Parts: sequence; C-alpha cells; structure tokens
Amino acid sequence: MSDALYQDALLKLAKEAPRRGRLEPNDASVRLDNPLCGDRVRIDLRMSGPKIADLAHEVRGCVLCAAAAGAIGRLAVGLDREGVARLAAEADKALAGDAPETQELQAFNPVSRHRSRHDCVRLPFQALKQAMGVE
Amino acid sequence: MNLREQFPLLASDPGIHYLDSGASSQVPQAVLDAVHTFETAQRANVHRGVHRLAEAATAAYEGARYEIAAFFSGRRDEIVLTSGTTAAINLVAHSFGDGLKPGDEIVITEIEHHSNIVPWQMLRDRRGLVLKALPVTVEGRIDLSALDGMVTKKTKLIALAHCSNVTGAVADLAKVVAAAKAVGAAVLVDGAQRVPHGPLDIPALGVDFYAFSGHKMYAPHGIGVLWGKRERLEAMPPFLGGGDMIRHVTIEKTTYAPPPTRFEAGTPNISGAIGLGAACRWMSGLDWKAIAQEEMRLTGRVLDGLAKVPGARVVGPLGLQQRIGVVSFALGQAHPHDVAQILDRHGVACRGGHHCAEPLMDRFDLMGTTRASIAPYTEDADIDALLEGVDEARRLLG
Repeated sequence: MSDALYQDALLKLAKEAPRRGRLEPNDASVRLDNPLCGDRVRIDLRMSGPKIADLAHEVRGCVLCAAAAGAIGRLAVGLDREGVARLAAEADKALAGDAPETQELQAFNPVSRHRSRHDCVRLPFQALKQAMGVE
Repeated sequence: MNLREQFPLLASDPGIHYLDSGASSQVPQAVLDAVHTFETAQRANVHRGVHRLAEAATAAYEGARYEIAAFFSGRRDEIVLTSGTTAAINLVAHSFGDGLKPGDEIVITEIEHHSNIVPWQMLRDRRGLVLKALPVTVEGRIDLSALDGMVTKKTKLIALAHCSNVTGAVADLAKVVAAAKAVGAAVLVDGAQRVPHGPLDIPALGVDFYAFSGHKMYAPHGIGVLWGKRERLEAMPPFLGGGDMIRHVTIEKTTYAPPPTRFEAGTPNISGAIGLGAACRWMSGLDWKAIAQEEMRLTGRVLDGLAKVPGARVVGPLGLQQRIGVVSFALGQAHPHDVAQILDRHGVACRGGHHCAEPLMDRFDLMGTTRASIAPYTEDADIDALLEGVDEARRLLG
C-alpha cells in the first residue's frame, strides 16, 4: 500500500518548487517526456564556467515528478558535472530504499516500494544530467 | 451464488475494489476450470497430431471457435483467432490494406485507441494512402455530422471504436455503415470495450470486420478475435506465413488454406482460445438485461458522485444514454497517476493516464484522466470506495 508516499515533505517539495518556470536566455535547455505516463519536464540552465549559475524547471506531470524538479531547484545551483552526477545518484539511492545523505531527497524513500513510479522521480534528474552532458 | 463469488480473485479479497475491467476483466472460475482441464488432461498441439491428446486438443480448440461464433451469431469460418484486438486490426491493415492503391483514403476518428490509429498510419506510409480522422464532440462522442464531408468515393475503409475506452460513448454504427456502403467502403470496428457488456449479433451490424480481445471479456490474456465477413476474408491474402495457414508448399510456391486458418499461422494460443470459448459459454448463462440495468445504475452513481466533487470534470457523456460503464475524469490539475495511487490506498483499482488515446487527450487538452470501469461484478461498495478515494485525492492534491 502507498500510505507514506504522499507525505508532507514530498508535497512541500512539489508545492514550493523553487526556480519553477523558464530561464531565458539560457546556456542549455532539455525537455524530456515519459510516453507511458505523460510526464513532461524542461530544465533550463545558465552556466558560470563549469558550474550551474542558475536554473529553472517546468513540469507538466505528477506530484512525484514536480517534487523531484523542486529538489533540483533547491539543490543544483552551484554544482558542476560531477556534483550533478552525485545528486542524481543520491536520488537513485533514495529510490533503492537506502537513506540518501542529502536530506531533501529522503522524501523520495517511500517511492522505493512503487517501482512503476520510479521514472516519475528520475525524469527531472535525467533532464538535468542531459543538460549538463553527464552520461 | 452472486457474481462476485464466481471470481476467485475478488472472492478471496473483499478489500479489493476492482474498477479497471476496461483494461482487463477478472476471470470467473468456469473459465479457469476450462483452461485447467485442457492443460491437465488434453494438452497437445492442434490440427496435425493423430494421437488421442492431439484429437482432444483439436476438438477443444475448434469447439471453442464454434462457441465464440455462436455467441456472436457468426459462422465458424468467420472467426479468426488472434492474440487480441491489436493483432486483429494489424491483420486487416496488412491483408486488406495490400489491396489499396496510392491516393485511396481511410477514415478513422479522434476517439480511437492507438491500436486503431497506428496500424493505419503505418499502412498509409507503406501504400501512399490518405488518412483522415472524424472529430470528437465536447460530449466525448464521435462527431458523425462530419461523415458527409469526410467520406468520399476514394474512401476504402472506415475504422472506429464501437465504445470509447475513455469516454464510454457508444458509436452509432448504423450511420457509419450507411455512409460507408454509399461509397463502397468497408467498415472495421474495434469492439474491445463493447464485448464485455453482453451478447452481440455482429453480422447484424452490417460491418465488414469486428475486432475484440478475450482478456476484457472474462477470458485469459493473449487471445482475441477478428470477425470478418466471409467474402472479405476469402478475398484477402494471408498476413503471417508459416505452419497451419497453408494448403500446399513446394520450394517454389505455396497455396493457402481457406479462412479462418489462412490467417492463423503457427501454433495458436490453444488454452487461451478454450478460455475464450468458456467465457462465451459463461456469459451466455447470465441475465444481461438485469446486468445492463445494474451497470447503468452504478455508472449513474459514479457520475452523480463526481458531480459533487469540486474540480472534478467528467470526460464523456454525463447521461446514461448510448454509453457503457466507463467513466473518465480529471481532478483539477492533479496528475491521474497521483489520483490512481491515492485510490489504491482505498483498495480501488483504477486506471490513470492517457489510456493509449493521446489524440483524444489533446482534443480535451488533458495530460490524462483517471478511469473507472464497471463490470457485472461491480458492487455499491466499490463505488463508495471510489468516491471516498476521490475525495481524499482532492484534499491531498487539490
């Protein structure tokens, strides 16, 4: 059962979602779709050398997807490619049911029991990685 | 014994409120028993063996074809057994489509499941055809007022759903058949959502092809039917080549078996066919007049309940005329997967998403809907749980 899935921390991430919207002009912009559920995410980045100076995200999707984008809005500014890869790995850790070091990502722990929803969380991180050229 | 008790999954778990029959129905004991008997007492390949098990398997498989034909008032040689609706439509798109010429036109509708869109797009691209789509009204019905302008002398086929898997609207097939016959076009009907709701005289519809799946009508997955008018099937070349569909093979050439075998290459889904035959037999024993009344009463309860939920918007007819018990709705800006997930907390199995009908979602400017679908085993407790869950979803996601 999904009792803990829509807990306050996750709903708050989705609702507050800092840096929601578009960033124009930008240095990188990636839109990704999940054809199975219809989730759509766009991540815009403005760079300062190798690091993210600013970002914006636009989500047409579920609460989990919006919360993941919200987490990115809160955590990704200042990261370089290595930092982005580490952040995405932390999100995967949460989805695997392990405790991530980043507190904000602990909200995604309950999603680990709902495999069909993992991609909802991953989509914004995939867009971020793609925008940064992270494999 | 009430209907719910005949379904082992539902009988064993009173906490499950299964409102996803539009995706796959549950399976009654009678069907499970038929499949079990085949697998434990008759299992063998069909048609070619001479031993007693092969004889029994062939008799059971062909007997199932007779039962399916009888249930739908057809002839046994008009029943092509496929893996499902999608395979049946693809069969027509290839075998009937092979006879079409560049510039010929096919008419579909915006209400269709992807399985009644994509095969025609692929055929259009293979043969240089023109593909048109009838629009959908705000009520979620195919807009048949557009038929006159869209169907021309170049139209060779009209393909449409009997009942929408999203809006639940039932199409007026008589009007479509009349328009098609006026220009000599064939009509293919996707009947996947219609067949679970009672017996049907398919030949009386006047259509040329009728496709449906077993798994939505209380039978196993992986079995379905293409009913085709005999003269249409006889005029069509095979789709897939292989064993069973031949009359004679030499290294130089092959002559083909008559329908329906011509379209059943390879070892068929024997236990699935036997299950579908048993499902037809089981359905024949039910009082469908009473079931239809009950299904509509419950559908009315869903529609009335949703009307009281702030932000809920039904995508489909709000009345009970010309509809089946499939109700789709949007809940404010909430994503249907979130809604369906919260409904799961209440034991409610509902479908959320675009329901393989993205053009229809575009028509209503929606990313998806949540869909409740009603079957003969649906009870008031299922609707109570649905409406309680929707209320919680509204509070949590609104």
